[in-house]
Amino acid sequence: MFVIEAFILTIVTAIMVIPFTGVRWKGIFTITAVCLLAILSSIPAVTALGGLNTEVIFAGSSVTGEIPVRIDALSGCFILIINFTFLTGAFYGFHYMKQYRAETANIGLHCIAYLLVQSSLLSICAIQNSILFLFAWEIMALGSFLLVIFEHQKKETVKAGINFLVQAHVCILFLLTGFIWVASRMNTYDFKAITAFSTSYSLLTGIVLFFCFFIGFAIKAGFVPFHTWLPYAHPASPAHISGVMSGVIIKIGIYGILRMLLLIKSDYTLIGYIILFISVVTGIYGVMLAIIQHNLKKLLAYHSIENIGIIGIGIGLGCIGMGTGNSSLTILGFTGAILHTFNHSLFKSLLFYAAGNVYQSTHTMDIEKLGGLGKLMPRTSFLFLIAAIAICGLPPFNGFVSEFLIYNGMLSGFHNANLSFLSLLVFSLFGLVLIGGLAILCFTKAFGTVFSGTPRHLFNPVPSEAKAGTLVPMFLIMALMTIIGIYPVFFVRVIWEPVRLFTSGYEYAPVVNFPLSGSLSMISLCALGFFVFASAIYFIRNRITARRPVVTGPTWGCGYLAPNSHMQYTASSFIRSYRKLAEPVLAIHKKKSEVKGIFPKTGLHETHPYDKAEAMLIDYPLRQLKHFFNRFTFLQNGNPQFYILYGVVFITAVIIIPFAGTALTTLIHFFNQL
Amino acid sequence: MISLILILLASLFFTGLVIWTKSITSGRKGPGIFQPLKDVLRLFKKGAVYSKTTGIIFQVAPTIYFASVMMAIFVVPFGQARGFISFEGDFVFFAYVLATGKFFSIISALDTGSSFEGMGASREALFSMFAEPAFFILMGSFALLTGHSSFQGIFTAMHFTTKFSYALGALATFVLVIIAMVENSRMPFDDPKTHLELTMVHEVMILDNSGFDLGLILYTTNLKFAMYGALIANFFIGAIPWYLALLVFFGVQFVFAITIGLIESFTARFRMSHNAQYIFALSSVSLLIFFGVLLVLGKFI
Repeated sequence: MFVIEAFILTIVTAIMVIPFTGVRWKGIFTITAVCLLAILSSIPAVTALGGLNTEVIFAGSSVTGEIPVRIDALSGCFILIINFTFLTGAFYGFHYMKQYRAETANIGLHCIAYLLVQSSLLSICAIQNSILFLFAWEIMALGSFLLVIFEHQKKETVKAGINFLVQAHVCILFLLTGFIWVASRMNTYDFKAITAFSTSYSLLTGIVLFFCFFIGFAIKAGFVPFHTWLPYAHPASPAHISGVMSGVIIKIGIYGILRMLLLIKSDYTLIGYIILFISVVTGIYGVMLAIIQHNLKKLLAYHSIENIGIIGIGIGLGCIGMGTGNSSLTILGFTGAILHTFNHSLFKSLLFYAAGNVYQSTHTMDIEKLGGLGKLMPRTSFLFLIAAIAICGLPPFNGFVSEFLIYNGMLSGFHNANLSFLSLLVFSLFGLVLIGGLAILCFTKAFGTVFSGTPRHLFNPVPSEAKAGTLVPMFLIMALMTIIGIYPVFFVRVIWEPVRLFTSGYEYAPVVNFPLSGSLSMISLCALGFFVFASAIYFIRNRITARRPVVTGPTWGCGYLAPNSHMQYTASSFIRSYRKLAEPVLAIHKKKSEVKGIFPKTGLHETHPYDKAEAMLIDYPLRQLKHFFNRFTFLQNGNPQFYILYGVVFITAVIIIPFAGTALTTLIHFFNQL
Repeated sequence: MISLILILLASLFFTGLVIWTKSITSGRKGPGIFQPLKDVLRLFKKGAVYSKTTGIIFQVAPTIYFASVMMAIFVVPFGQARGFISFEGDFVFFAYVLATGKFFSIISALDTGSSFEGMGASREALFSMFAEPAFFILMGSFALLTGHSSFQGIFTAMHFTTKFSYALGALATFVLVIIAMVENSRMPFDDPKTHLELTMVHEVMILDNSGFDLGLILYTTNLKFAMYGALIANFFIGAIPWYLALLVFFGVQFVFAITIGLIESFTARFRMSHNAQYIFALSSVSLLIFFGVLLVLGKFI
């Protein structure tokens, strides 16, 4: 109770104070407030993860009814994830925003929006009253919109922001429909009504209700085909916002899906099948598009879609486990999903912060212009490399652990599975492996082009390493990633409590032990062994080579001794063979002019990747809609007289229609009497 | 533990045997089978030339590549004797740790800023990515068949079931041989003896490596071959006594090496643009194994 009041007091005070302070203090106040909010909300979160749920019921008003605030282990888990990323985001952002210090008012708004988004995200995890939930959701949507359009003088940024705003409200529309449907039948806004609703009506009702919510949350999370806002919003916003957005704001969609799975009692097997299928498609499609991007941040944004797919695969598996009563499948699926949610929030925010450092020193995100930054920005490049390895799911880092859990979930699903489930499992196994392979292609491309080789473009001033202030939170994230990679048992134990929510309450006996604990400790042994072994070999190598002569020279150029940076392999050429294969599935616009003749003019080869799903699902319907509404443009002719006329017609219609209605009924009565 | 020693032993003569076979079929006397090993030792003694473009990545990558293959070898069992490390789902670790090594060798190739090495890196990334699903479906099918999910569990349990599992073993051998060819960049996917950079895959990635690093990379190739040979051998060892198992192990390594030599002698390299499709089609063979497993388990009815 005290915690909640202190929480509200903090956010209100911060919002009141920030507009009236100097620009430097705005940042400091924001960081303080973020820390306070994080501490306050983490208290009930940690106790919930310890097994002690918090439940406070506020009286509310006659409109909302009682407002229950319940923090169980699932909420607690997400609260901690949100807090960590928001903390690192705040510290990183404080230094990142230094170059914008002239825009005082803009920064003030940005700080307030940042706090609002954090507090609304935390509230979403705790509030269990539909109306208040939607309020918090709306604040979160509007706040993120303000965060995205920080550089609102750029046309693309505003365009991306509006795209985000519209899609965020489509998402709210679906949630609203679901909540109103439940509230209209059950006469209460408490989330408990959702459970009662799903059990008191037919199985189909539960499934339809779930998918109503699922679509809403999937738009937020970025499942294909609801992902189209994501690749625009991420590149448009400042680096720390991209990191926070990709790290946690889209994860609130995952929270919603998990929460609804707990609340709605329905045919989990069918739901699981559908989620699993959508997720595999999401994962493959996301990474396939990520590879062909030339904008580093857009590439990372598509990777978020891919990772949402991986998380979804975990959820889908867990769901099927719930439906079929396979407890180890349930546990491994949900543990994998939740751990990957956490992992992705870590390495994706790290990648975005690293991209932000690159942007600050070069002012471009076009990877074809970058190159050789590894020598100029060694720390940023190291951090990017670690995050890239982790996001590809490679050992010894954290991404491997969650993917390993999901793989083992699939393998445990093999037992006693029927033919349809087996086929789906092999399909998703195939999908997950392909996602991993494509991710490696994508990140070797990104790292190789941006950080290794020679510079492809002359920057003035020469790019230099980012300030220590931005690097400290990044190293913090990296440390946590390494710890998860080396000692996953602890984190799995923390996640155990939320996962148990999914396994309890079923006919089979509740499981006490984690099914894979032996493997997990072996994983940590392997990860540690890998580190030690590689270091030992490297040490021996250095000892041996120290005594040998070492010469430096130009890169081998097949006999050609004057190679220049334009001759090195580019990102486009690196993925050319992939592009050729994937071309039928993707929409890539190409422009090409060959080098011809004895005195050739400049040759040209441009590729513009575009999203086929977006072209089909967003652009085409929009075009048709525009076409249809164009027929009514004569109404909007700019003459005030006409507008007054419309007003008069409207008022007349309002008055006459009821009259006409009564007249009509009288007439019908009259005819009936005849 | 025993598998580690055996694989290390097999790695000493494997590539030599391949080269010897190729020499005999082309009517030459050929070098001794320890010649590749002697080359590696010679390289270990040499100094190095580094490109001015390269950085720290280029220096650590060969080490990590070697370490990753060693980590992968640690989980490979020898019949009933478990590997150095063995746990449920260790084949996932096996594949992923190999990918870590590959990740580093790719970015180290890009680190040179060369106009050739990116080409090899691009191909390596693409080809090995396409080979991966085949391996996972293969192992997944055997996990389904045996109900185990570790290498050791799968290999020991497989032989307690029907004779049909040997037929599946043969198909699996085919898949593994092809994967080994892809992973080691051998004919018909890549010609290690070509002299044109444009047609190389693995060789072009290591153009700039020299001295100790190059030796390490070359030895890793031997290790990788022996590792895949050991995996194939495991399909046939099962629960037989150890002296027979030893015989089977070295027999399989021997046959595997000679097969590679023969394939390399009598086939030409595929067109580079067709490689990806061909490797991807390997997944369908794996699917065949999966359906075979379904038949055995009677899931189709």
